[in-house]
Amino acid sequence: MDLATFGVQLLNALQYGMVLFLVASGLTLVFGILGVINLAHGAFYMLGAYLAYGIAAATGSFWLALIGGVAIAFVVGLLLENVFIKRLYGRDHLAQVLLSFGLILVLDEVRQLLFGKDVHSVAPPQGFGGTIQLTDNLSYSVYRLAICVFCLAMAAAIFYVIQRTKIGMIVRAGAENREMTRALGISFDTVNRYVFAVGIAMAALGGIVVSPVSTVFPGMGDSMLILSFVVVVLGGIGSITGAAIGALLIGLTDTFGKVFFPSVSSILIYVLMAAVLLWRPNGILGRREV
Amino acid sequence: MSSHRFRLTRRALLSGAAGTATLAVTPQIFSPAIAQGAPLKVGLMLPYTGTFAKLGQFIDNGFRLYVEQQGGKLGGREIAFVQLDDESKPEAATDNMNRLVTRDKVDLVLGTVHSGVAMAMVKVARDTNSLLIIPNAGANDATGPQCAPNIFRTSFSNWQTTYPAGKVLFDAGIKNVATITWRYTAGAEMIGAFKENFEKLGGKVVEDLTVPFPEVEFQALLTRIATLKPDAVFSFFAGGGAVKFVKDYAAAGLNKTIPLYGAGFLTDGTIAAQGEAANGIKTTLHYADNLDNPANVAFLKAFKDKTKLDGDIYAVQGYDAGALLDIGLKAVGGDAGARDKMIAAMGAAKIDSPRGPLSFNKAHNPIQNIYLREVKNGRNEMVKIAQAAVDDPARGCKLS
Repeated sequence: MDLATFGVQLLNALQYGMVLFLVASGLTLVFGILGVINLAHGAFYMLGAYLAYGIAAATGSFWLALIGGVAIAFVVGLLLENVFIKRLYGRDHLAQVLLSFGLILVLDEVRQLLFGKDVHSVAPPQGFGGTIQLTDNLSYSVYRLAICVFCLAMAAAIFYVIQRTKIGMIVRAGAENREMTRALGISFDTVNRYVFAVGIAMAALGGIVVSPVSTVFPGMGDSMLILSFVVVVLGGIGSITGAAIGALLIGLTDTFGKVFFPSVSSILIYVLMAAVLLWRPNGILGRREV
Repeated sequence: MSSHRFRLTRRALLSGAAGTATLAVTPQIFSPAIAQGAPLKVGLMLPYTGTFAKLGQFIDNGFRLYVEQQGGKLGGREIAFVQLDDESKPEAATDNMNRLVTRDKVDLVLGTVHSGVAMAMVKVARDTNSLLIIPNAGANDATGPQCAPNIFRTSFSNWQTTYPAGKVLFDAGIKNVATITWRYTAGAEMIGAFKENFEKLGGKVVEDLTVPFPEVEFQALLTRIATLKPDAVFSFFAGGGAVKFVKDYAAAGLNKTIPLYGAGFLTDGTIAAQGEAANGIKTTLHYADNLDNPANVAFLKAFKDKTKLDGDIYAVQGYDAGALLDIGLKAVGGDAGARDKMIAAMGAAKIDSPRGPLSFNKAHNPIQNIYLREVKNGRNEMVKIAQAAVDDPARGCKLS
């Protein structure tokens, strides 16, 4: 493999990893802070992509789809937390799995009612439709590069909020030791609600952002859900930095696995996960259970 | 990794025709409805939800259209439907099929799209000697080692759709080809048949690239293709994967220097979503959108009148299943009990299908034209007949 090809593959890996991070960061937030296993995370990713398709088709504007889709997902997240999810805090994981699995069925049916079963595609926003020539016969879509930049910016924003703001401090404290934080006078009712809604909105955002380079189809959330869980477990539950490392590791493993070990590429990321968990049972940046 | 682990687990057992609702869902404890006059029960075991839902719906509509055109009767027998959603789940297929043949006592099962489900249905059909018409699934084995007198297929074998493509590419002066597909049976069979013909003629496959099914992350392999620089790429994907692959291939600029060929499913039912990225892609299949034979023109019009949708190959496969059953029932005056005679008539059927002339080989797989199509004006337009009357070799089939 020459250097140029290696560079392109590295770019592929980073771009894939960053999309994974965008989606998985919402999952790790909800998982880490609320202690809720949200199996419906992938379904919201799928719904985000369909919303992007629906709004972009109706208004002709990708930006409206981006804003509208995220806003809708955020509001839905608030409502869901208020009606269903808040009853699950402290319950065992089975109840959470059952409820969020039920949500998958409901969301699938909602998608079916609103958008049908068809495969769709979304046009990239104005000005991002072009391509850049990378090698003599390979070009790279400008929008794909824009995704990289956008995901990096999102990652920076998330880090800033989590590490440098009061809200972030509460969130971190909640993930670390919930009872102690509560004892210090922090009410988690509102925090929970917004964390859940932000988590859902980020899943939808992921779906919207990838919709122009991906395809919008009914089963798209399933594999994303599984990959997101792998990222979360790999990085350590509740750790945003861990999710970023996990996502990039998976991007690299998957991309170079497909190139160098095509026959076993499908299991490589799971081998990686198993190896990491043997080395650090709570994930790369996971904290030991108290 | 199982893609359907989290999919909808709804098991809809619906009665198709109004007025037969109770008949369809009530277990028939007493005499089975073989007597003349009672409706013939057709079990529609198709995907009504999930990834293949649209395909199931088109097959269903195509079959019903044929029955309606005959006034609701085939060979003088009223047709009643028992509809069952197979959800494209192989693990539930044996139970579902058993339910249709033993509890609902259907006279014939029509199904299905997913090859894994279809192979489980084939097994049950062999064990219970039930009549089965496969309206889509292309697994070679169904009319190969697993062939049986009571099993018919109105669609294609995977081998059949791509074998002629080997000659098409070779004749176009292409010497080196890279192939790319999902790593599963259908992918291996379609790419395998292409390769068999292409290499026999003297072409060379420089690399077989695969992606785990149903993954849709292609960037790494597209980069690999760019470095391999083959004369052409031959591919098979379907549904959402096909849309994404074709768009990614175009976005990577590869379509400018390396022409993309594929099995017909790469651009069938997906063109609208693929848009301009699909232009110029050449594929082989047993159908093309602009076939102008009278049967196709009439079929497309009737299908549009009934459903307001444009008919496609899936609808044709369902429609032809109706025609095949009609021929069988006519030969026995509607008495499905005269099984041997009915099967003989179906095996000898010559159907003027919308896809062109359709007959069946000893393994009951279609003998049909395979067309070379090119994507133009948002349609799969016929370039020429890639190979006329293609007959699957039915490897491993013991019938004679």
